[in-house]
Parts: sequence; structure tokens; C-alpha cells
Amino acid sequence: MYTHTLAELSKLLNDGSISSVELTKLYYERCQTYNSELNCFITLTPESAMESARTADALIAKKQNGPLTGIPFAHKDIFCTQGTKTSCGSKMLDNFLPPYDATVVKKLGDAGMVCIGKTNMDEFAMGSSTENSYYGPTKNPWDVSKVPGGSSGGSSSAVAARLIPAATGTDTGGSIRQPAALCGITGLKPTYGTVSRFGMIAFASSLDQGGPMTQTAEDAAMIMNAIAGFDVNDSTSLERENVDYTTNLNDSIEGVRIGLPKQYFSADVDPKTIEQIKDAIGLYEQAGAKIIDIDLPNTSLSIPAYYVVAPAEASSNLSRFDGVRFGYRCDDPVDLLDLYCRSRSEGFGNEVKRRIMIGAYVLSAGYYDAYYLKAQKIRRMIRDDFQSAFKEVDVIMGPTTPAPAFGLNELLDDPVQMYLADIFTVSVNLAGLPAISIPAGFASNLPVGLQIIGNYFSEPSLLNLAHQFQQTTDWHKKMPEGFRS
Amino acid sequence: MKYETVIGLEIHVQLATQSKLFSGAATRYGAEPNAQACIIDLGMPGVLPVINETAIKMAVKFGLAVNASITSPSVFARKNYFYPDLPKGYQISQLDLPIVANGSIDVQLDDGEIKTIRITRAHLEEDAGKSVHEGYGEHTAIDLNRAGTPLIEIVSEPDIRSAKEAAAYMKKIHSLIRYLEISDGNMQEGSFRCDANVSIREDGSSELGTRAEIKNINSFRFVEKAIDYEVERQIDLLESGKKVTQETRLYDANKNETRSMRSKEEANDYRYFPDPDLLPVMFSDELIKSIEQSMPELPDAKRQRFIDELGLSVYDSDNLTASRELANYFEQALAIATNAKLTANWVMGEFLAALNKEGLDISDTPVSADMLGGLVKRIDDNTISGKIAKQVFDAMWNGEGSADQIIEAQGLHQVTDTGAIEKLVDDVINANPKQVEQYQNSPDDKKGKLIGFFVGQVMKTSQGKANPQQVNKLLKEKLK
Repeated sequence: MYTHTLAELSKLLNDGSISSVELTKLYYERCQTYNSELNCFITLTPESAMESARTADALIAKKQNGPLTGIPFAHKDIFCTQGTKTSCGSKMLDNFLPPYDATVVKKLGDAGMVCIGKTNMDEFAMGSSTENSYYGPTKNPWDVSKVPGGSSGGSSSAVAARLIPAATGTDTGGSIRQPAALCGITGLKPTYGTVSRFGMIAFASSLDQGGPMTQTAEDAAMIMNAIAGFDVNDSTSLERENVDYTTNLNDSIEGVRIGLPKQYFSADVDPKTIEQIKDAIGLYEQAGAKIIDIDLPNTSLSIPAYYVVAPAEASSNLSRFDGVRFGYRCDDPVDLLDLYCRSRSEGFGNEVKRRIMIGAYVLSAGYYDAYYLKAQKIRRMIRDDFQSAFKEVDVIMGPTTPAPAFGLNELLDDPVQMYLADIFTVSVNLAGLPAISIPAGFASNLPVGLQIIGNYFSEPSLLNLAHQFQQTTDWHKKMPEGFRS
Repeated sequence: MKYETVIGLEIHVQLATQSKLFSGAATRYGAEPNAQACIIDLGMPGVLPVINETAIKMAVKFGLAVNASITSPSVFARKNYFYPDLPKGYQISQLDLPIVANGSIDVQLDDGEIKTIRITRAHLEEDAGKSVHEGYGEHTAIDLNRAGTPLIEIVSEPDIRSAKEAAAYMKKIHSLIRYLEISDGNMQEGSFRCDANVSIREDGSSELGTRAEIKNINSFRFVEKAIDYEVERQIDLLESGKKVTQETRLYDANKNETRSMRSKEEANDYRYFPDPDLLPVMFSDELIKSIEQSMPELPDAKRQRFIDELGLSVYDSDNLTASRELANYFEQALAIATNAKLTANWVMGEFLAALNKEGLDISDTPVSADMLGGLVKRIDDNTISGKIAKQVFDAMWNGEGSADQIIEAQGLHQVTDTGAIEKLVDDVINANPKQVEQYQNSPDDKKGKLIGFFVGQVMKTSQGKANPQQVNKLLKEKLK
């Protein structure tokens, strides 16, 4: 039962083969059994989950259910859930009970989904390994000595081990796609502005975007149908006609032009990973796609530009955590400065502090032009690179990450090497484009992710290409051993 | 040595919107602490700002009223600093692309000279909350009701040359924002306050001296006194061979002095950058046009119309247009009275004197514009004399009804019946033979003065109700 996709569970619930209460119990038990090993969850919410499940069963009985009604899932602990701890992986918010629901939380709740917990993550979504969590690292179920990627590593690990059939994630520089790739699941980062950021604790506002982390592209499309759309509470969300993301799943992919940027296949990339990706692209070619070599000349600038823009915004976004109104406050502050300094020094972890310092520096008088403004210029160049590429091709493909999952603690002391784990994902955020990572085989017994990048609002074609791949491959059905009780 | 004073003002105007600049919370003054602070005002994790369109339109109105250009796109920026009553750790303001740029306003100085003060920019920003230090022992309490309230900050060029000019400019802006109905301009409640950048330089020098910024001045009187004090202080410094340091100073009204708050070295680096949570605001020509059409007549235009079309004097027109309330009162009274000069005299004379005497605002007047108009109409159509009108006005002020009601009730109609007046005139002439003789023997140039006696006697016997013009005319005929 626990290996079913959302689409399959939806049918089973709808025809009465299983109830939401039974399903919720089953997944909750799996979470309980394996969480101590994987540390995917910061919080489990069995009571509210059972209540939602009973409500869902009542709706199903009255035939008032939608496609997602009654299906258990989990939220990344960055989405505010009213009355349920939302920590963002930080000691700073270990005591934070939001007084409101994020728009994504409300929408999935309205769709009848049953939230059974909040998943682990790098503190404030800063990291590529989920090792920067106040609640300890999450493990990769394919090899528990490896990281699951990050920052949405709790979600990717839980879905990969089938502790839950799907989860939400957020992606600022690759935080949905990179952990999806490292754990062998499907992760979609939508076009900036497609999914409301209201109630999603901000890391870098101009880059952050929520999205689904699922077993299949079809499941991702189902979640997108529930969470996408304009939100009056988010000025950067886009007003567009409603899109049914499942409509184009079965379209023919014949004649689709696929661009392969030479920068994504360079000598720095793990050869076994490249081999898997080339095999995957070969399948597309067999299905009638046209393969075209392209150039994204400014790819190497994306990491430096990202590590100026994202910390700059973060340094400002995280100023509200000052020990005054909510979150961690140091003991016995002697004065205001002491309250600020110690609350923030004690409440934030090292990576967060590093980025706040970088961010404050690049925005400071005398450095703003040299760093922040220059990074914004590079950002435009990167966007322009993509736009010229999309004149020749429909989508761009390559590996999601330069190598499969690395070892726990392996890169903790080498932040720059850690940052390079996002080399193929960050440019997509800088340009605001949609991209999906799907399982495309294994290298050294660890999952490899294929990234498909499209132009703005091309989610339906990305999901179509991913779904067609999943019709002819079974990488997405592979599940790690050791979690089959 | 002679010095020239150079002043630039930054005026903060709280906009009269129902809700805050970026949230739906109310902006009413005087609510229970924190009763008007929603999750957005509290800077809760995950919340986002959404711009209040009314505030944008109000800022545009101001821009159009000072002949400025409206910047499109206009961009919001974050001003980062830590303070307990600043919930997000940054204030959403504007830096590079303020909504209003390059305007100007004409200010009339005491000597009647019209001076143009350039307005560099006016930008939208949110107010901070309030730290309350008293009443909580060693703690400080925070009230976030004001947090997120929309302000426009109006920045002038350093075109102002004296404290008096500064006050005149501040008054002009105050009048304008009230005319535009974009702010209540209430200075006690902090809806209208200013910072003054003051420096001095040798007369004839074209270089600017080092300036001090005096913060948070909330009255026209204080702006004059604070600047006067500050100019003296700076002159004393230079005269004694010292230098003015660039710093922020606070004006203490009780001691009438300014004192240092923080030096330039201690100034914050605000790390401004465009707010990624808000899109640039774009203005279409249609939108600007529709805002323009919704604007009321501005004081300068009104003043000119009073002169050109109503035939009022420059002095009267200036006074009547000094505030929108007074101008409205006058125009409403005039609509009934129809005689502009007479209405102006009554509004600026009896009416304002009565208000001043009781310390009332126009909005509190017991004599409405309609009532005053009704009174002036009765003077104009000779129903009552000006003298009786004062009696009627007092009665209206005391709540005894409209002019017509009072005239009727007290039988104050002017006597215009020629027969009746002739009788009164004859009685007075017969009763005063000596004076008649004296009058008739006087040279013509003295007669004018002497006839006053007879007029007075007639008015007295008529209890003020006889029409003085008619009395005058009849007396002249009969005394020939």
C-alpha cells in the first residue's frame, strides 16, 4: 500500500478500497518506525491528522471529495501551520506556534489532504544537505551515511523511503530539485510567482518558490493543481488563468527540441552521473525529440551572483528574529543590545550567521554597487542567456547535481564546495524559471536526477516530458531497501 | 561677519487612509495599545506586504499639486535597522525612485514677496511603532498600533533662508495637504511633523556649510524657535573659532534649545535595497489623469479666482484661502448671501473674532456657513442694518435660531417705509431747533459731520431699525 502514488491512492480512496483513517494510520506508523533512523520529521501531528482523515472519509462517503481528499502528506517545516510548531529548522523558532496558516497550507487543507507532520530542513532553508538543522541531520534512505540533499532534505528522504506519499518543499537555489535528485524522487520548482509565498518563512524573497516533492510527475501535477494560483496576500504572485497541470501529461513529445548546455556536461561533473543523464536523453531521442547543443555562457557566474543576492535578502528577512516579539530570547538580557546580540548569536546556527554577515556586507555603504548591483546585472545576463536559448529549444536538460549524494559531514567544513552542489540549480532561480528533477538511474548505487528546465509557465510541458519518461522507465518506482516493513 | 542661513525641511505627513500602508489593520488614533496591529504589522515570520492603493493615489495627488513628476516605475526599498518598535528590522520606504520628484511650491513671505521653494522629492513609507518607557518599571513597552501607518516624507531643496520662511513653507504644505484631504494634519497626534536641516555660511558664499539635522518638530512655532536657536548656536561656534559638526539634534521646547542626539559617525548604515516583496509601482497616463480630475481646487487657484471673479482684495483672498475649512465656509456662506465683499467682511470679521474668542475650530462653530450666509443676505437686501446684524449674529451664536427666525421673533426688520421714516425725521428736527440752526449756518464742509447727530437721534428713536441711507437722504433734504 505504501508504495502507491497519489494518483493510485486517489482511486483507492474514491472506490472505498481503503479509508483515509486507515491510510493515515499506516503512514503515521511508518513515520514513527523509521524517523529515528532517518530524522525526516521535526514534528509529527497524529491527532490533527486523524481528525483531518475522519473529515476526509466523511467527504468521500458523501461523494464530495476531490482528487487529493484523504491522502496523507507532510509540509516542510518552513510553511506556517496555525497552532503547530513551525521551526524552519532553527533554535530561533523552536517555540514558535504561528497564529495563521500559509496559503499553501490552507490550499492543501482545503483540497482535503491530511498533513501528518512537518519535515526537517536546513536552518532557514540555508544549505544543501539538511545538516544545518537545529534538529540534527536527516539521512539519505539509499545510504544512511549520505546526506539527503537540502534544504528540503526531510521531505525528500521521507518520500524516498515512502514514509509519506508526497511532501511540500521550497526552492531558493535548488532546495526542491537537489534533494529530490539525491533521494531519487520527483521535485518541481515552479515559475517564480506561481505558488504563493504567503506564510512561507522567507529566505531570499526574490528567489523563494514552493513546490511539490512526489514520486511521479503525475503526482506533482496533482499537487500543483491545488497549490498554484494568484494570492492577494502575495504581491509577487501572478494573476493568470487557472491551469490544469494534468491536462498535458500524455501529449506526444515527438519533435520537442531539447537543449544540452555544454556547461552542464563539463569535466567537473561526475562521469557516472553524465552517463546516466546521457542514457536518459537517449530515451527522449528515441521518442522523437530533437537534441541540440547549446551554450549558457554565464553559468559559472550563477553561484557567485546567487551568494550575493540570496544572503543580501536573507540578512534583511531575518532581522525580525530579534528576541522581542516571538521566537528565541536569551536569558536575562542586561540591555537592548545584549538582548539583540545574544538572542541572535544563540538562536541562529553558523551557516545562517555566515549568510547574514555576507548579506549585511554586500549591502553596506561603499560595497553595494560592487556586490549587490553587480550581482543583479549578472542575474539579468543569466536570464538573457536562457531567453536566447529558448529561441532555439523548448527545454534544457542536464544533471540536477554534479554528483550523487555526498557523505554526512563530508562538506561541512567546506562551504564553497557545498555551495557548488547547487551549480546547475541556482541559475534557474536567478532567472525565475520552472524546472523539474526526476529520477534517471543510479551512479555508485545512489540516485541520479535529470533536470528539465523550461521557459516561464512551461510547467505543463515539463510535467509532460517527465511523465512520458516515467511511462518508459521505472527509476521513480525504485525504493531503498530497509524500509519495507 | 555676516552669515546666511540655509535650511531644508523634511516634512512627514501621515496619510488619512482607513488602513495601513501594507496591511488591512485600521489606522485610527487612540486605540488600545496593539489593538490595531495584525500579523503583518507584527512582522510575523512568513507574512508579506501588500500596497494600499489609496495611499499611492494620495501621494500622487500631492505630487500633482506641487507640479512634480510622478515616477513610474516607483520602487519601494528596505531601510534596515534594529529597534524594538520596528517589527521587521527594516522600514519599507523609498530611496532611488520616489513616487514624487522635482516639484515646487510658492510661499508668500511677510513682506508680500512670493518665493518658490523647490521640492526635491516626496516618498511613501511606513511609520514605526512606539516605545513606551514610562509606567512599566525598568521595562519598555511597545505599542505597534502606529507601525505600518502610511506617511509621505516631503523633502525640500535647501532653498529656505530663515526660520520665518521655514514656518511659512511648513504652513503652506500643511494647508495643501488639508486641501487635498490626504491628511488630517493633526500636529498634536503627530500626523504632521518635520526635521529641519540647518546650516550657515558666510554671506555671498556659494558653498554649503556643515548642517545639523533637528528632528521631530511638531509645531509652526517650534520650527521657528528651533531654527533660530540653532542658527545662533552655529554662529557662536564659528565666531569662537570652532566648527559645526554634522549631527542629529533634538529640539527641547521646554528649554528652547537643541541638543545632540547622535553624530555622523554614530549614524546607521541603513543598507537600503529594493524590497523584493513588492513589485515596482507603474502609473498609466489614464490613472494619473483620473487622479488629477478628482483633485479639489488648490489654494493658489482659489485665491486667484477670488480676486478675479469675486472681486475680492488680495488681502481678503489670502486670508480666506489660508485653510480649506475657512475657504469652504466662505464659499458656502457666499452661495446664500451672494454679496462676496460683504460675506468676506463678515467671515473674517465677526465670525473669526467669535471663534478666536472662544478658542473654537471652524468645525465646532455654532453658526454654520448657511446661517451666516442667511444673515449677510438680510443685510444685503436691507432687511436689517449692519448694526442690527451684529445683534442677530450674537443671537445665532447663542443658539436662538437662524437670522430670519431671530429677526422675526425680535421684530428687527429695518424700517424702509418712507412715510414712517419721514415722521421720525420730522420729530427729531422739531425736537432740536438749536442744532438745526447750527447746521444750517455751518459751511458745507462741516455739514457732513453735523448731520451725524440727527442720524444718530433718528436711529435711536427707531431702535436701530430705520434704514440709515434713507434717513440720511431725508435729513439732507429737510435741513436744506
